[in-house]
Amino acid sequence: MDQSIQNDLNAPHSMGTTIIGVTYNGGVVLGADSRTSTGVYVANRASDKITQLTDNVYLCRSGSAADSQIVSDYVRHFLHQHTIQLGHPATVKVAANLIRLFSYNNKNMLQTGLIIGGWDKYEGGKIYGVPLGGTILEQPFAIGGSGSTYLYGFFDQEWKEGMTKEEAEQLVVKAVSLAIARDGASGGVVRTVIINSEGVTRNYYPGDALPLWHEELEPQNSLLDILSSSSSGPDMMIS
Amino acid sequence: MSSIGTGYDLSVTTFSPDGRVFQIEYAAKAVDNSGTVIGIKCKDGVVMGVEKLIASKMMLPGSNRRIHSVHRHSGMAVAGLAADGRQIVARTKSEATNYESVYGEQIPVKELAERVASYVHLCTLYWWLRPFGCGIILGGYDRDGPQLYMVEPSGVSYRYFGAAIGKGRQAAKTEIEKLKLSELTCRQGVIEVAKIIYGIHDEAKDKEFELEMSWVCDESNRLHQKVPDELLEEAKAAAKAALEEMDAD
Repeated sequence: MDQSIQNDLNAPHSMGTTIIGVTYNGGVVLGADSRTSTGVYVANRASDKITQLTDNVYLCRSGSAADSQIVSDYVRHFLHQHTIQLGHPATVKVAANLIRLFSYNNKNMLQTGLIIGGWDKYEGGKIYGVPLGGTILEQPFAIGGSGSTYLYGFFDQEWKEGMTKEEAEQLVVKAVSLAIARDGASGGVVRTVIINSEGVTRNYYPGDALPLWHEELEPQNSLLDILSSSSSGPDMMIS
Repeated sequence: MSSIGTGYDLSVTTFSPDGRVFQIEYAAKAVDNSGTVIGIKCKDGVVMGVEKLIASKMMLPGSNRRIHSVHRHSGMAVAGLAADGRQIVARTKSEATNYESVYGEQIPVKELAERVASYVHLCTLYWWLRPFGCGIILGGYDRDGPQLYMVEPSGVSYRYFGAAIGKGRQAAKTEIEKLKLSELTCRQGVIEVAKIIYGIHDEAKDKEFELEMSWVCDESNRLHQKVPDELLEEAKAAAKAALEEMDAD
C-alpha cells in the first residue's frame, strides 16, 4: 500500500483536466477546471490552466504540466519578438502555428494537448486545437483533456452558431462542471477567460457554486462549518 | 553629384572625409545606367513596368524577364546588374516561403521589404563583398492593402505611392506626380504606366525596347502576375497613340 502511494507521489505532475474553447459572435470563451494531479494525489486543487501568450491570445493546457508550461514559455517568447518586429499584435493563427511547430517537431518528447483561443482584428475570434502529435485544426469549438471524453455528445447537442457572450460562457461553465462530476482527474474550480475586441475578462466559479448533477449530493453537515461558525469551538467532543 | 573620391573609394568599408561611402554611390550609378523601371500604387493595387532595352535583335521577345514574382501576393522589378538581381530575387523568395512555414501566414509586404533591404545592406558592410548593383521596386498586396517599396543599393527602403529608377527616372517621376493615384484603378494605371515608359524612352540615345508589365490588384485576385495580354496590347496602343499626338504638335 505504502509502495504504490510512494510511486504515485513521485509520478510526474499531470493535469487530468477538462479544457474547452468556444467561439461566439464577437470573440472566444476559454474554460478549464483547476485540478493538477500526481497519480491519485491532487498536487494543486486551484491551478490556472489558461495561460496568456499575448495581450489577445490565450492558451488552455492539458497533459503533462511541465511540457505544456515549457511550450507556452517558448511560444510566448517568440510571439513577443514577432510582435515587436511586425509592429502590431500577432494574429491567433500565427500563435497557433508556432505552438504546433513545437508540438510536432518534439512529438517524441512531449505529451501535451493544447487549445489556443484569441481575437485579432483580421479574423475576429478564433479557436485552434493542437492535440498530441502536433496537428493543427481550426474549429468553432474545441475540447480537450481527460474530462473531454464525457462532453462530445453534450457539445454535439448544445453547440450553436452565433451565440452571445453570456450564452457561450454559460455553456462552457456547464460543460466543465459536467466533466468534473464524471472525471476523477478533473475538479476544483472553473476558470473562464473571455477575449474579444474590447479586451480580456477573467472569471472564476468556485467549486461549491457549480450546479449539482443527477444523484450528486448536497454538501452535508461539515465539521469545518461548525468549527468556523462558532467562536468557542465544538460543543461536542467525539470520543 | 559626381565627384571622384580619390583614395577613399577603393573599399566599401572606407568612409571619405566628408562622410560618404563612395563604393555605394558607384553602385547606385550602375542602377542609373539601366533601363527605366516604374511602380505605382493605385487605389486597388500596384502596377509595375520596365523599359527593357534590347541588346540584340536576335533575342527572343519575352526573354530576360525583369519582373519576378517572389510570392503569391508580391513581385519585384529589378534595375541594374541583372545577375545581382537574380541573387536578390532568389533570396527574397526564400525569405517569403520561410516566413510562411514558421508563422503560418503570408509574409506582410512591409516585413518582406525590410528583409530585402537588410540583405542588400549586408553586402555593404564587409570588404570582401561588393554592394549589389541593383535597384529594386517591390509591389505587394496583403491584409493591410496594396503597398509599394523601393530598395536602393545602399540598403535603404522606403514606401512609396510612385517610384522610378534607371535612366529616365527624373522624367518618369515628373509624369507620375501628375497622376491622381488615389483615384486610378489598376486597369487605368496599366495604361498610364505604358504611356510614361513610351514617353520617356529616348529614341536617339537608346536602341529598341520591350515593355514588360505586371500587376497585383483586386482584379488579379490579389495575386502577382503579368498584365493580361489583351490589356498589355491595349496599353501599348494607347501609349503609341499618345506619342504620335505629342509628335504632331
